[in-house]
Amino acid sequence: MSTDLELGLYVFVLATFLGFQVIRRVSPLLHTPLMSLTNAISAIAVVGSILVAGEQKTTLSTVLGTLAVTCSMINIVGGYLITYRMLRMFRKSGKGKS
Amino acid sequence: MIDSFIPLIYLAAAISFILALMWLSAVATARRGVIIGVAGMALAVCGTLLKPEIVSYRWIAIAFVAGTAIGVPMAMMPMTAVPQRTALSHAFGALAAGLVGTAEYYLRTPNLDRFTMGALSLEVLLGFLTFTASLMAFGKLQEILPTRPITYRHQNVLNLSLLGLAAGAGAYLTARPEATWLFPVFGALALVFGVLLIVPIGGADMPTVISLLNSYAGLAAAAMGFVLNNKLLIIAGALDGSSGFILSVIMCRAMNRSFTNVLFGAFGQVQAGAAAGEEQRTVRSATPDEAAGILQAASLVIVVPGYGMAVAQAQHKVREMYDVLTKAGVEVKFAIHPVAGRMPGHMNVLLAEADIPYDKLMEMDDVNSEFPQADVALVIGANDVTNPAARHDRGSPIYGMPILDVDKARTVMVIKRSMNPGFAGIDNELYYMDRTLMVFGDAKGVVGNIVKELGGRP
Repeated sequence: MSTDLELGLYVFVLATFLGFQVIRRVSPLLHTPLMSLTNAISAIAVVGSILVAGEQKTTLSTVLGTLAVTCSMINIVGGYLITYRMLRMFRKSGKGKS
Repeated sequence: MIDSFIPLIYLAAAISFILALMWLSAVATARRGVIIGVAGMALAVCGTLLKPEIVSYRWIAIAFVAGTAIGVPMAMMPMTAVPQRTALSHAFGALAAGLVGTAEYYLRTPNLDRFTMGALSLEVLLGFLTFTASLMAFGKLQEILPTRPITYRHQNVLNLSLLGLAAGAGAYLTARPEATWLFPVFGALALVFGVLLIVPIGGADMPTVISLLNSYAGLAAAAMGFVLNNKLLIIAGALDGSSGFILSVIMCRAMNRSFTNVLFGAFGQVQAGAAAGEEQRTVRSATPDEAAGILQAASLVIVVPGYGMAVAQAQHKVREMYDVLTKAGVEVKFAIHPVAGRMPGHMNVLLAEADIPYDKLMEMDDVNSEFPQADVALVIGANDVTNPAARHDRGSPIYGMPILDVDKARTVMVIKRSMNPGFAGIDNELYYMDRTLMVFGDAKGVVGNIVKELGGRP
Protein backbone atom coordinates (compact mmCIF):
# COMPACT_ATOMS: atom_id res chain seq x y z
CA MET A 1 0.00 0.00 0.00
CA SER A 2 1.39 3.39 -0.94
CA THR A 3 1.94 6.02 1.75
CA ASP A 4 -0.50 8.35 0.00
CA LEU A 5 -3.26 5.80 0.18
CA GLU A 6 -2.50 4.94 3.77
CA LEU A 7 -2.47 8.60 4.79
CA GLY A 8 -5.62 9.29 2.77
CA LEU A 9 -7.46 6.46 4.46
CA TYR A 10 -6.41 7.69 7.92
CA VAL A 11 -7.62 11.19 7.07
CA PHE A 12 -10.91 9.82 5.68
CA VAL A 13 -11.66 7.60 8.67
CA LEU A 14 -10.77 10.27 11.23
CA ALA A 15 -12.78 12.94 9.40
CA THR A 16 -15.77 10.58 9.25
CA PHE A 17 -15.59 9.97 13.00
CA LEU A 18 -15.25 13.69 13.63
CA GLY A 19 -18.23 14.26 11.33
CA PHE A 20 -20.34 11.78 13.31
CA GLN A 21 -19.47 13.47 16.60
CA VAL A 22 -20.08 16.98 15.32
CA ILE A 23 -23.25 16.30 13.34
CA ARG A 24 -24.86 14.29 16.12
CA ARG A 25 -24.98 17.42 18.22
CA VAL A 26 -26.83 19.48 15.62
CA SER A 27 -30.35 20.20 16.82
CA PRO A 28 -33.13 18.66 14.65
CA LEU A 29 -34.43 22.20 14.44
CA LEU A 30 -31.53 22.95 12.10
CA HIS A 31 -31.49 19.79 9.99
CA THR A 32 -32.51 21.60 6.80
CA PRO A 33 -29.82 24.30 7.13
CA LEU A 34 -27.37 21.51 8.02
CA MET A 35 -28.11 19.78 4.75
CA SER A 36 -27.77 22.94 2.69
CA LEU A 37 -24.51 23.81 4.46
CA THR A 38 -22.97 20.37 3.97
CA ASN A 39 -24.12 20.59 0.38
CA ALA A 40 -22.20 23.83 -0.02
CA ILE A 41 -19.16 22.30 1.70
CA SER A 42 -19.20 19.27 -0.59
CA ALA A 43 -18.92 21.73 -3.47
CA ILE A 44 -15.24 21.53 -2.48
CA ALA A 45 -15.19 19.46 -5.65
CA VAL A 46 -14.53 22.91 -7.12
CA VAL A 47 -10.85 22.34 -6.32
CA GLY A 48 -10.59 19.41 -8.70
CA SER A 49 -12.83 21.15 -11.23
CA ILE A 50 -10.68 24.29 -11.34
CA LEU A 51 -7.56 22.22 -11.93
CA VAL A 52 -9.12 20.29 -14.81
CA ALA A 53 -10.56 23.46 -16.37
CA GLY A 54 -7.41 25.51 -15.90
CA GLU A 55 -4.81 23.01 -17.05
CA GLN A 56 -6.36 23.02 -20.53
CA LYS A 57 -4.71 19.77 -21.53
CA THR A 58 -7.36 18.58 -24.00
CA THR A 59 -10.56 20.12 -25.32
CA LEU A 60 -12.59 17.38 -23.66
CA SER A 61 -11.05 17.95 -20.24
CA THR A 62 -11.46 21.72 -20.52
CA VAL A 63 -15.14 21.38 -21.43
CA LEU A 64 -15.83 18.86 -18.65
CA GLY A 65 -13.83 20.95 -16.18
CA THR A 66 -15.67 24.15 -17.06
CA LEU A 67 -19.03 22.41 -16.62
CA ALA A 68 -17.85 21.02 -13.30
CA VAL A 69 -16.70 24.44 -12.07
CA THR A 70 -20.12 25.84 -13.04
CA CYS A 71 -21.94 23.08 -11.11
CA SER A 72 -19.73 23.53 -8.06
CA MET A 73 -20.10 27.30 -8.15
CA ILE A 74 -23.90 26.95 -8.23
CA ASN A 75 -23.71 24.96 -5.02
CA ILE A 76 -21.20 27.22 -3.33
CA VAL A 77 -23.14 30.42 -4.02
CA GLY A 78 -26.61 28.89 -3.71
CA GLY A 79 -25.79 26.69 -0.72
CA TYR A 80 -24.21 29.30 1.52
CA LEU A 81 -26.73 31.99 0.59
CA ILE A 82 -29.81 29.88 1.29
CA THR A 83 -28.33 28.55 4.53
CA TYR A 84 -27.75 32.09 5.70
CA ARG A 85 -31.24 33.10 4.60
CA MET A 86 -32.80 30.22 6.52
CA LEU A 87 -30.83 30.91 9.67
CA ARG A 88 -31.88 34.54 9.64
CA MET A 89 -35.50 33.37 9.92
CA PHE A 90 -34.96 31.59 13.21
CA ARG A 91 -35.77 33.89 16.11
CA LYS A 92 -36.68 33.41 19.75
CA SER A 93 -40.04 34.57 21.11
CA GLY A 94 -40.17 38.20 22.12
CA LYS A 95 -37.31 39.10 19.82
CA GLY A 96 -37.02 40.69 16.41
CA LYS A 97 -39.82 41.75 14.13
CA SER A 98 -43.42 40.80 14.87
CA MET B 1 7.24 30.24 -4.23
CA ILE B 2 3.70 30.97 -3.18
CA ASP B 3 2.53 27.51 -4.10
CA SER B 4 4.52 25.99 -1.24
CA PHE B 5 1.96 27.62 1.06
CA ILE B 6 -1.01 26.06 -0.71
CA PRO B 7 -1.11 22.99 1.57
CA LEU B 8 -1.35 25.35 4.56
CA ILE B 9 -4.18 27.26 2.90
CA TYR B 10 -5.98 23.95 2.37
CA LEU B 11 -5.42 23.02 5.99
CA ALA B 12 -6.96 26.32 7.11
CA ALA B 13 -9.93 25.63 4.81
CA ALA B 14 -10.41 22.17 6.35
CA ILE B 15 -10.38 23.66 9.86
CA SER B 16 -12.95 26.27 8.77
CA PHE B 17 -15.32 23.57 7.51
CA ILE B 18 -15.10 21.65 10.78
CA LEU B 19 -15.75 24.83 12.78
CA ALA B 20 -18.65 25.68 10.48
CA LEU B 21 -20.37 22.38 11.30
CA MET B 22 -19.56 22.69 15.01
CA TRP B 23 -21.11 26.14 15.18
CA LEU B 24 -24.16 25.01 13.27
CA SER B 25 -25.19 22.84 16.25
CA ALA B 26 -27.06 25.72 17.94
CA VAL B 27 -29.12 28.58 16.54
CA ALA B 28 -27.11 31.16 18.50
CA THR B 29 -23.84 30.32 16.74
CA ALA B 30 -25.16 28.95 13.45
CA ARG B 31 -24.79 32.11 11.39
CA ARG B 32 -21.17 32.39 12.48
CA GLY B 33 -20.84 28.84 11.18
CA VAL B 34 -22.01 29.85 7.71
CA ILE B 35 -19.57 32.76 7.62
CA ILE B 36 -16.58 30.61 8.55
CA GLY B 37 -17.77 28.08 5.98
CA VAL B 38 -17.72 30.75 3.29
CA ALA B 39 -14.24 31.78 4.43
CA GLY B 40 -13.07 28.18 4.19
CA MET B 41 -14.42 27.86 0.67
CA ALA B 42 -12.84 31.16 -0.36
CA LEU B 43 -9.48 29.93 0.95
CA ALA B 44 -9.85 26.65 -0.93
CA VAL B 45 -10.75 28.39 -4.20
CA CYS B 46 -7.97 31.01 -3.93
CA GLY B 47 -5.44 28.39 -2.95
CA THR B 48 -6.34 26.35 -6.01
CA LEU B 49 -6.23 29.34 -8.35
CA LEU B 50 -2.63 29.96 -7.21
CA LYS B 51 -1.51 26.55 -8.41
CA PRO B 52 1.12 26.75 -11.14
CA GLU B 53 -0.58 24.02 -13.19
CA ILE B 54 -3.31 26.44 -14.18
CA VAL B 55 -2.39 27.97 -17.48
CA SER B 56 -5.54 29.92 -18.30
CA TYR B 57 -8.22 31.52 -16.18
CA ARG B 58 -10.61 32.26 -19.00
CA TRP B 59 -12.93 29.26 -18.73
CA ILE B 60 -12.72 29.28 -14.94
CA ALA B 61 -13.89 32.90 -14.89
CA ILE B 62 -16.74 32.16 -17.30
CA ALA B 63 -17.82 29.20 -15.16
CA PHE B 64 -17.67 31.32 -12.01
CA VAL B 65 -19.99 33.89 -13.56
CA ALA B 66 -22.37 31.25 -14.94
CA GLY B 67 -22.46 29.35 -11.64
CA THR B 68 -23.15 32.51 -9.66
CA ALA B 69 -25.88 33.53 -12.11
CA ILE B 70 -27.65 30.20 -11.53
CA GLY B 71 -26.76 29.85 -7.85
CA VAL B 72 -28.22 33.16 -6.65
CA PRO B 73 -31.79 32.53 -7.93
CA MET B 74 -31.56 29.00 -6.51
CA ALA B 75 -30.87 30.51 -3.10
CA MET B 76 -33.89 32.79 -3.36
CA MET B 77 -36.47 30.03 -3.77
CA PRO B 78 -39.32 30.05 -1.26
CA MET B 79 -38.96 27.77 1.77
CA THR B 80 -41.75 25.49 0.56
CA ALA B 81 -39.49 24.59 -2.39
CA VAL B 82 -36.47 23.78 -0.25
CA PRO B 83 -36.70 19.97 -0.65
CA GLN B 84 -36.70 20.28 -4.47
CA ARG B 85 -33.90 22.79 -4.35
CA THR B 86 -31.83 20.54 -2.14
CA ALA B 87 -32.34 17.60 -4.49
CA LEU B 88 -31.27 19.76 -7.41
CA SER B 89 -28.12 20.92 -5.66
CA HIS B 90 -27.21 17.31 -4.79
CA ALA B 91 -27.48 16.68 -8.53
CA PHE B 92 -25.10 19.54 -9.37
CA GLY B 93 -22.58 18.50 -6.71
CA ALA B 94 -22.59 14.89 -7.85
CA LEU B 95 -22.35 15.85 -11.53
CA ALA B 96 -19.27 17.97 -10.83
CA ALA B 97 -17.59 14.96 -9.19
CA GLY B 98 -18.59 12.65 -12.05
CA LEU B 99 -17.35 15.06 -14.72
CA VAL B 100 -14.00 15.64 -13.03
CA GLY B 101 -13.61 11.87 -12.67
CA THR B 102 -14.33 11.41 -16.38
CA ALA B 103 -11.87 14.14 -17.37
CA GLU B 104 -9.17 12.69 -15.12
CA TYR B 105 -9.69 9.25 -16.60
CA TYR B 106 -9.15 10.40 -20.17
CA LEU B 107 -6.23 12.64 -19.20
CA ARG B 108 -4.29 10.03 -17.33
CA THR B 109 -5.55 6.82 -18.85
CA PRO B 110 -2.45 4.81 -19.69
CA ASN B 111 -0.65 5.91 -16.55
CA LEU B 112 -3.28 5.19 -13.94
CA ASP B 113 -2.23 2.96 -11.10
CA ARG B 114 -4.80 0.53 -9.73
CA PHE B 115 -5.42 2.37 -6.54
CA THR B 116 -6.10 5.70 -8.24
CA MET B 117 -8.31 3.95 -10.77
CA GLY B 118 -10.28 2.29 -7.96
CA ALA B 119 -10.95 5.64 -6.32
CA LEU B 120 -11.78 7.12 -9.72
CA SER B 121 -14.30 4.37 -10.45
CA LEU B 122 -15.95 5.01 -7.11
CA GLU B 123 -16.03 8.74 -7.81
CA VAL B 124 -17.62 8.28 -11.24
CA LEU B 125 -20.07 5.62 -10.03
CA LEU B 126 -21.27 7.66 -7.04
CA GLY B 127 -21.18 10.92 -8.99
CA PHE B 128 -23.27 9.77 -11.93
CA LEU B 129 -25.76 7.64 -10.00
CA THR B 130 -26.33 10.43 -7.49
CA PHE B 131 -26.74 12.90 -10.36
CA THR B 132 -29.64 11.08 -12.03
CA ALA B 133 -31.10 9.88 -8.71
CA SER B 134 -31.19 13.46 -7.43
CA LEU B 135 -32.78 14.68 -10.66
CA MET B 136 -35.45 12.00 -10.27
CA ALA B 137 -35.99 13.03 -6.65
CA PHE B 138 -36.27 16.63 -7.83
CA GLY B 139 -38.87 15.59 -10.43
CA LYS B 140 -40.92 13.77 -7.82
CA LEU B 141 -40.73 16.59 -5.27
CA GLN B 142 -41.60 19.18 -7.91
CA GLU B 143 -44.40 16.84 -8.99
CA ILE B 144 -43.22 16.77 -12.58
CA LEU B 145 -43.09 13.01 -12.04
CA PRO B 146 -45.73 10.96 -10.20
CA THR B 147 -44.98 11.00 -6.48
CA ARG B 148 -46.39 7.58 -5.77
CA PRO B 149 -43.89 4.74 -5.96
CA ILE B 150 -43.81 2.99 -9.31
CA THR B 151 -43.27 -0.72 -9.12
CA TYR B 152 -43.11 -3.52 -11.63
CA ARG B 153 -42.26 -7.18 -11.62
CA HIS B 154 -38.67 -8.15 -10.82
CA GLN B 155 -37.87 -4.53 -10.07
CA ASN B 156 -35.44 -5.28 -7.26
CA VAL B 157 -33.77 -8.06 -9.22
CA LEU B 158 -33.30 -5.71 -12.18
CA ASN B 159 -31.97 -2.88 -10.01
CA LEU B 160 -29.56 -5.06 -8.12
CA SER B 161 -28.24 -6.75 -11.25
CA LEU B 162 -27.73 -3.35 -12.84
CA LEU B 163 -25.80 -2.19 -9.78
CA GLY B 164 -23.86 -5.45 -9.92
CA LEU B 165 -23.01 -4.83 -13.58
CA ALA B 166 -21.89 -1.27 -12.84
CA ALA B 167 -19.76 -2.44 -9.91
CA GLY B 168 -18.33 -5.21 -12.09
CA ALA B 169 -17.42 -2.73 -14.82
CA GLY B 170 -15.81 -0.50 -12.19
CA ALA B 171 -13.83 -3.44 -10.83
CA TYR B 172 -12.71 -4.46 -14.33
CA LEU B 173 -11.58 -0.90 -15.07
CA THR B 174 -9.69 -0.87 -11.79
CA ALA B 175 -7.84 -4.00 -12.83
CA ARG B 176 -7.36 -2.81 -16.44
CA PRO B 177 -7.56 0.99 -16.62
CA GLU B 178 -6.57 0.82 -20.31
CA ALA B 179 -9.95 -0.68 -21.28
CA THR B 180 -11.20 2.68 -22.53
CA TRP B 181 -14.15 1.11 -24.40
CA LEU B 182 -15.65 0.10 -21.08
CA PHE B 183 -15.57 3.53 -19.46
CA PRO B 184 -18.59 5.04 -21.29
CA VAL B 185 -20.55 1.85 -20.60
CA PHE B 186 -19.62 2.13 -16.95
CA GLY B 187 -20.78 5.75 -16.79
CA ALA B 188 -24.04 4.94 -18.56
CA LEU B 189 -24.77 2.05 -16.18
CA ALA B 190 -24.31 4.39 -13.21
CA LEU B 191 -26.64 6.97 -14.78
CA VAL B 192 -29.36 4.41 -15.50
CA PHE B 193 -29.07 2.85 -12.05
CA GLY B 194 -29.60 6.27 -10.47
CA VAL B 195 -32.90 6.64 -12.32
CA LEU B 196 -34.16 3.17 -11.47
CA LEU B 197 -33.17 3.57 -7.83
CA ILE B 198 -35.65 6.39 -7.31
CA VAL B 199 -38.53 5.04 -9.44
CA PRO B 200 -39.97 2.91 -6.59
CA ILE B 201 -39.50 5.61 -3.93
CA GLY B 202 -42.61 7.42 -2.70
CA GLY B 203 -42.89 10.97 -1.40
CA ALA B 204 -43.09 9.91 2.25
CA ASP B 205 -39.63 8.35 1.98
CA MET B 206 -38.03 11.44 0.48
CA PRO B 207 -36.52 12.65 3.79
CA THR B 208 -34.45 9.45 4.00
CA VAL B 209 -33.57 9.35 0.32
CA ILE B 210 -32.56 12.98 0.12
CA SER B 211 -30.26 12.47 3.13
CA LEU B 212 -28.76 9.41 1.53
CA LEU B 213 -28.09 11.31 -1.70
CA ASN B 214 -26.48 14.05 0.38
CA SER B 215 -24.18 11.39 1.78
CA TYR B 216 -23.34 9.96 -1.68
CA ALA B 217 -22.50 13.40 -3.08
CA GLY B 218 -20.08 13.87 -0.18
CA LEU B 219 -18.50 10.46 -0.68
CA ALA B 220 -18.03 11.20 -4.38
CA ALA B 221 -16.08 14.33 -3.40
CA ALA B 222 -14.02 12.29 -0.93
CA ALA B 223 -13.25 9.75 -3.67
CA MET B 224 -12.09 12.65 -5.84
CA GLY B 225 -9.77 13.57 -2.97
CA PHE B 226 -8.17 10.11 -3.22
CA VAL B 227 -7.76 10.46 -6.99
CA LEU B 228 -6.12 13.88 -6.71
CA ASN B 229 -4.38 13.00 -3.44
CA ASN B 230 -5.93 16.07 -1.86
CA LYS B 231 -6.63 15.81 1.87
CA LEU B 232 -8.96 18.82 1.92
CA LEU B 233 -11.33 17.08 -0.48
CA ILE B 234 -11.17 13.91 1.59
CA ILE B 235 -12.01 15.78 4.81
CA ALA B 236 -14.83 17.88 3.35
CA GLY B 237 -16.27 14.87 1.52
CA ALA B 238 -16.09 12.71 4.65
CA LEU B 239 -17.85 15.39 6.72
CA ASP B 240 -20.62 15.64 4.14
CA GLY B 241 -20.82 11.87 3.82
CA SER B 242 -21.16 11.32 7.56
CA SER B 243 -23.69 14.13 7.87
CA GLY B 244 -25.95 12.69 5.21
CA PHE B 245 -25.56 9.24 6.69
CA ILE B 246 -26.51 10.37 10.21
CA LEU B 247 -29.55 12.22 8.87
CA SER B 248 -30.75 9.20 6.93
CA VAL B 249 -30.31 6.97 10.00
CA ILE B 250 -32.36 9.46 12.05
CA MET B 251 -35.06 9.46 9.35
CA CYS B 252 -35.13 5.66 9.16
CA ARG B 253 -35.43 5.40 12.93
CA ALA B 254 -38.25 7.92 12.94
CA MET B 255 -40.15 5.62 10.60
CA ASN B 256 -39.04 2.38 12.24
CA ARG B 257 -37.68 1.13 8.94
CA SER B 258 -34.40 -0.13 7.61
CA PHE B 259 -32.38 1.25 4.71
CA THR B 260 -33.19 -1.76 2.58
CA ASN B 261 -36.85 -1.32 3.30
CA VAL B 262 -36.75 2.35 2.28
CA LEU B 263 -34.78 1.68 -0.90
CA PHE B 264 -36.50 -1.48 -2.02
CA GLY B 265 -39.75 -1.58 -0.08
CA ALA B 266 -41.81 0.79 -2.27
CA PHE B 267 -43.61 2.12 0.79
CA GLY B 268 -46.74 4.08 0.10
CA GLN B 269 -48.42 1.93 -2.49
CA VAL B 270 -52.15 1.96 -2.18
CA GLN B 271 -53.02 -0.77 0.28
CA ALA B 272 -55.99 -2.08 -1.64
CA GLY B 273 -58.53 -3.83 0.50
CA ALA B 274 -56.98 -2.87 3.80
CA ALA B 275 -59.32 0.02 4.36
CA ALA B 276 -62.33 -1.59 2.75
CA GLY B 277 -65.25 -2.69 4.89
CA GLU B 278 -64.64 -0.05 7.52
CA GLU B 279 -66.44 2.76 5.81
CA GLN B 280 -69.40 2.69 8.17
CA ARG B 281 -67.35 4.20 10.97
CA THR B 282 -68.53 7.67 11.81
CA VAL B 283 -66.55 10.81 12.27
CA ARG B 284 -67.53 14.02 14.03
CA SER B 285 -66.96 17.12 12.02
CA ALA B 286 -66.85 20.73 13.10
CA THR B 287 -66.95 24.11 11.43
CA PRO B 288 -64.09 26.63 11.74
CA ASP B 289 -66.43 28.65 13.95
CA GLU B 290 -66.81 25.79 16.44
CA ALA B 291 -63.09 25.06 16.25
CA ALA B 292 -62.31 28.69 17.09
CA GLY B 293 -64.53 28.50 20.17
CA ILE B 294 -62.74 25.43 21.48
CA LEU B 295 -59.31 26.90 20.78
CA GLN B 296 -60.19 30.12 22.59
CA ALA B 297 -61.26 28.23 25.70
CA ALA B 298 -58.04 26.18 25.81
CA SER B 299 -55.01 26.93 27.90
CA LEU B 300 -52.52 24.74 26.01
CA VAL B 301 -52.79 24.06 22.28
CA ILE B 302 -50.27 21.85 20.51
CA VAL B 303 -50.18 22.26 16.75
CA VAL B 304 -48.99 19.28 14.71
CA PRO B 305 -47.96 20.42 11.24
CA GLY B 306 -47.33 18.06 8.35
CA TYR B 307 -46.63 18.05 4.65
CA GLY B 308 -50.25 19.10 3.99
CA MET B 309 -49.53 22.44 5.65
CA ALA B 310 -46.62 22.98 3.26
CA VAL B 311 -48.69 22.02 0.22
CA ALA B 312 -51.48 24.40 1.19
CA GLN B 313 -48.93 27.13 2.02
CA ALA B 314 -50.80 27.57 5.28
CA GLN B 315 -47.81 28.47 7.46
CA HIS B 316 -48.48 32.22 7.43
CA LYS B 317 -52.13 31.72 8.41
CA VAL B 318 -50.91 29.40 11.17
CA ARG B 319 -48.68 32.22 12.41
CA GLU B 320 -51.68 34.58 12.50
CA MET B 321 -53.57 32.01 14.53
CA TYR B 322 -50.57 31.65 16.82
CA ASP B 323 -50.46 35.43 17.32
CA VAL B 324 -54.18 35.76 18.11
CA LEU B 325 -54.21 32.81 20.50
CA THR B 326 -51.02 33.90 22.26
CA LYS B 327 -52.47 37.37 22.72
CA ALA B 328 -55.59 35.80 24.21
CA GLY B 329 -53.43 34.03 26.78
CA VAL B 330 -53.46 30.58 25.17
CA GLU B 331 -50.14 28.79 25.17
CA VAL B 332 -49.37 27.46 21.69
CA LYS B 333 -46.63 24.94 20.94
CA PHE B 334 -45.67 23.07 17.81
CA ALA B 335 -44.89 19.37 17.75
CA ILE B 336 -42.48 18.44 14.98
CA HIS B 337 -42.11 14.82 13.94
CA PRO B 338 -38.65 14.08 12.49
CA VAL B 339 -40.08 12.93 9.16
CA ALA B 340 -42.81 15.56 8.84
CA GLY B 341 -42.50 17.08 5.38
CA ARG B 342 -40.24 16.06 2.57
CA MET B 343 -36.78 16.56 4.07
CA PRO B 344 -35.20 16.63 7.52
CA GLY B 345 -36.20 19.80 9.35
CA HIS B 346 -38.64 20.89 6.62
CA MET B 347 -41.38 22.00 9.04
CA ASN B 348 -38.95 24.00 11.16
CA VAL B 349 -37.77 26.21 8.30
CA LEU B 350 -41.33 26.73 7.08
CA LEU B 351 -42.55 27.84 10.50
CA ALA B 352 -39.43 29.92 11.10
CA GLU B 353 -40.05 31.60 7.76
CA ALA B 354 -43.57 32.43 8.94
CA ASP B 355 -41.93 34.10 11.95
CA ILE B 356 -42.90 31.60 14.61
CA PRO B 357 -40.26 31.65 17.37
CA TYR B 358 -38.10 28.54 17.28
CA ASP B 359 -38.38 27.93 21.03
CA LYS B 360 -42.02 27.01 20.36
CA LEU B 361 -41.01 24.25 17.94
CA MET B 362 -40.65 21.05 19.93
CA GLU B 363 -39.12 17.71 19.07
CA MET B 364 -41.15 14.54 19.32
CA ASP B 365 -39.46 13.17 22.46
CA ASP B 366 -39.89 16.43 24.36
CA VAL B 367 -43.45 17.16 23.36
CA ASN B 368 -45.02 13.72 23.77
CA SER B 369 -45.17 14.04 27.57
CA GLU B 370 -47.14 17.26 27.13
CA PHE B 371 -50.04 15.93 25.07
CA PRO B 372 -51.99 14.64 28.14
CA GLN B 373 -51.99 18.20 29.52
CA ALA B 374 -52.99 19.74 26.21
CA ASP B 375 -56.56 20.92 25.81
CA VAL B 376 -56.36 20.76 22.06
CA ALA B 377 -54.05 18.97 19.66
CA LEU B 378 -54.51 20.64 16.30
CA VAL B 379 -53.33 18.47 13.41
CA ILE B 380 -52.73 20.41 10.21
CA GLY B 381 -51.89 18.32 7.19
CA ALA B 382 -50.19 15.51 9.12
CA ASN B 383 -51.47 11.96 9.02
CA ASP B 384 -49.38 8.83 9.49
CA VAL B 385 -47.19 10.41 12.20
CA THR B 386 -50.30 10.77 14.38
CA ASN B 387 -51.82 7.32 13.80
CA PRO B 388 -52.22 5.48 17.13
CA ALA B 389 -52.23 2.19 15.18
CA ALA B 390 -48.43 2.51 15.08
CA ARG B 391 -48.45 1.82 18.83
CA HIS B 392 -50.74 -1.19 19.09
CA ASP B 393 -51.82 -2.62 15.73
CA ARG B 394 -49.26 -5.26 14.82
CA GLY B 395 -50.91 -5.68 11.42
CA SER B 396 -50.45 -2.06 10.42
CA PRO B 397 -47.68 -1.24 7.95
CA ILE B 398 -46.57 1.56 10.23
CA TYR B 399 -46.54 -0.57 13.40
CA GLY B 400 -43.60 0.39 15.61
CA MET B 401 -43.07 3.79 14.07
CA PRO B 402 -42.60 6.42 16.79
CA ILE B 403 -45.57 8.78 16.63
CA LEU B 404 -46.76 11.99 18.22
CA ASP B 405 -49.21 11.05 21.00
CA VAL B 406 -51.89 13.34 19.65
CA ASP B 407 -54.68 11.02 20.80
CA LYS B 408 -53.83 11.74 24.44
CA ALA B 409 -54.93 15.35 24.22
CA ARG B 410 -58.34 16.28 25.64
CA THR B 411 -59.63 17.30 22.23
CA VAL B 412 -58.09 16.41 18.90
CA MET B 413 -58.83 18.63 15.94
CA VAL B 414 -57.81 17.54 12.47
CA ILE B 415 -57.80 19.89 9.51
CA LYS B 416 -58.00 17.75 6.43
CA ARG B 417 -59.16 18.11 2.88
CA SER B 418 -61.27 14.94 2.89
CA MET B 419 -61.39 11.50 4.42
CA ASN B 420 -58.93 10.11 1.85
CA PRO B 421 -56.23 8.09 3.57
CA GLY B 422 -52.76 9.60 3.82
CA PHE B 423 -49.68 8.95 1.82
CA ALA B 424 -49.07 5.46 3.08
CA GLY B 425 -52.65 4.61 2.13
CA ILE B 426 -53.40 3.65 5.72
CA ASP B 427 -56.63 4.59 7.41
CA ASN B 428 -56.02 6.66 10.57
CA GLU B 429 -58.06 5.51 13.55
CA LEU B 430 -57.42 8.86 15.20
CA TYR B 431 -60.20 10.30 13.04
CA TYR B 432 -62.82 7.97 14.49
CA MET B 433 -62.18 8.72 18.16
CA ASP B 434 -64.91 10.33 20.25
CA ARG B 435 -62.62 13.19 21.17
CA THR B 436 -61.71 13.94 17.58
CA LEU B 437 -63.25 16.72 15.55
CA MET B 438 -62.62 16.82 11.83
CA VAL B 439 -62.54 20.24 10.21
CA PHE B 440 -62.76 19.60 6.49
CA GLY B 441 -61.27 21.94 3.93
CA ASP B 442 -58.07 23.40 2.57
CA ALA B 443 -55.63 24.02 5.43
CA LYS B 444 -54.99 27.63 4.45
CA GLY B 445 -58.70 28.43 4.11
CA VAL B 446 -59.70 26.67 7.32
CA VAL B 447 -56.99 28.25 9.44
CA GLY B 448 -57.81 31.61 7.86
CA ASN B 449 -61.45 31.20 8.87
CA ILE B 450 -60.48 30.16 12.38
CA VAL B 451 -58.38 33.32 12.66
CA LYS B 452 -61.34 35.36 11.45
CA GLU B 453 -63.62 33.78 14.04
CA LEU B 454 -61.04 34.39 16.72
CA GLY B 455 -61.35 38.07 15.93
CA GLY B 456 -57.95 38.48 14.37
CA ARG B 457 -57.10 40.12 11.13
CA PRO B 458 -59.34 38.95 8.28
